[in-house]
Amino acid sequence: MKTKTIRIEDEKSGTTTAVYEHPYIVRLCHWANTISLFVLIGSGLQIFRAFPSFGSKVPQTNLIDWPRSLAIGGWLGGALQWHLTFMWIYLATGVIYLGYQLFSGHYRQVLFTHRDFAGVWPMVRRYFFFGPKPQQREAYNALQKQAYTTVVILGVLSVLTGFAIWKPVQLSGLAWVMGGFHWARLWHFLIMIAIALFILGHLVMVALHGWQNFVSMLTGWKKDPEYLSE
Amino acid sequence: MSLPADNRKFKAASRRELLKLLPLAALGAFAVPKFQEPLLKKGLAFSDWMSDKFFRSHHLAPTFKASDLTPVDKFYVNTFDVDDPEVDLDRWSLAVSGEVQKPGTYNLAAIKALPKFAQNTRHICVEGWDVIGRFGGARLADFLAMVGADPHARFITVECADSYYESVDMATALHPQSLMCYEMYDQPLTRKHGAPLRLRMPTKIGYKQAKYLTTLTVSNVLSKVGYWEDQGYSEFYSI
Repeated sequence: MKTKTIRIEDEKSGTTTAVYEHPYIVRLCHWANTISLFVLIGSGLQIFRAFPSFGSKVPQTNLIDWPRSLAIGGWLGGALQWHLTFMWIYLATGVIYLGYQLFSGHYRQVLFTHRDFAGVWPMVRRYFFFGPKPQQREAYNALQKQAYTTVVILGVLSVLTGFAIWKPVQLSGLAWVMGGFHWARLWHFLIMIAIALFILGHLVMVALHGWQNFVSMLTGWKKDPEYLSE
Repeated sequence: MSLPADNRKFKAASRRELLKLLPLAALGAFAVPKFQEPLLKKGLAFSDWMSDKFFRSHHLAPTFKASDLTPVDKFYVNTFDVDDPEVDLDRWSLAVSGEVQKPGTYNLAAIKALPKFAQNTRHICVEGWDVIGRFGGARLADFLAMVGADPHARFITVECADSYYESVDMATALHPQSLMCYEMYDQPLTRKHGAPLRLRMPTKIGYKQAKYLTTLTVSNVLSKVGYWEDQGYSEFYSI
């Protein structure tokens, strides 16, 4: 894939390379999505507090009592206002992101395909069993691609399950595919948990060795990427 | 950008790229107390507008087998004010007014004289729980035709014996499954479920299903939307 690369002449450090990893639209969507997910998960927890169960109302078994401090909106009506407002921002961001990735071809940088299978085990060995460090040839290694591809699918599913809960009558076919209204609600919840786990892992990785990645998600440019040094 | 650049120029370019993210700060307005309420109100209004686009007049809500019904003793009851506003069932009548050719009071016999429909549909509360119940009554559309309601009017408003109030858009009121319900599980509506008459619209969320109806008005403007809507809930909330 063609990437935009420049050489930088610096008196002190000599010549270094920089790669334009993240186009503007991708960065914009990333941070808009960060805000949306924060609001949607927070208000979602408040909505869940109104009926913290997936079973029947009578008799009701409360599953989890989320601390109020994690919730956004104050009460059910307030949380619904947040949720029903930001779901459209979330959806618009997702559509813009997917549309851009598809039409620009930029998705090749991050989409996990059959060519990445071979790279999975060496990375698992590296991350979880202190194995040798595999040589990195592209912006993302196989596990990163797998994680980022999965979370995009989870994002799409979060929207679909959300719509099935919001419109179980008008979109009765969609709710049916999910196993009905109860299951749609459970799927929506489990997908939120999966996305929250991704965010947790994502933050840990950024904190451990992601300063350059963090900067490149802000400015687009990454200096001296490992995968370009021979 | 493919030309070699010196470090200073690279830093300047990076800074420009960073500044291009500034439009996102606009979302920060949601965190400013002064803007928060009007913005969320706009967001909810947009969501309601989209909700309206999803509504299909001829799309029927799923119906269920008798074996899917929630047992009547496990049918949860959400009350607004009192469990039973003590409606005098013998002297009850519904006062109809507004954009109708035949305003006046209609007793239960007049409503029961209309064709009866019974359907097993899902009742979903805004809180997230649901029950499947058997509801019987006259079609709201038939009743509106009987009183000569203007079908081009925009809203139906009802008031209730427990001082609850609600409104419904005309498209939903005319939906074939929207009922003026006087029976549940083939028995007369009990007091805790809204005797003698309640709304039952399977295309709407629970708080729209007003109980203990006392008045019905057909109108083009709403002075107030509904008890919960006026606290900040969605105005349209079709499901």
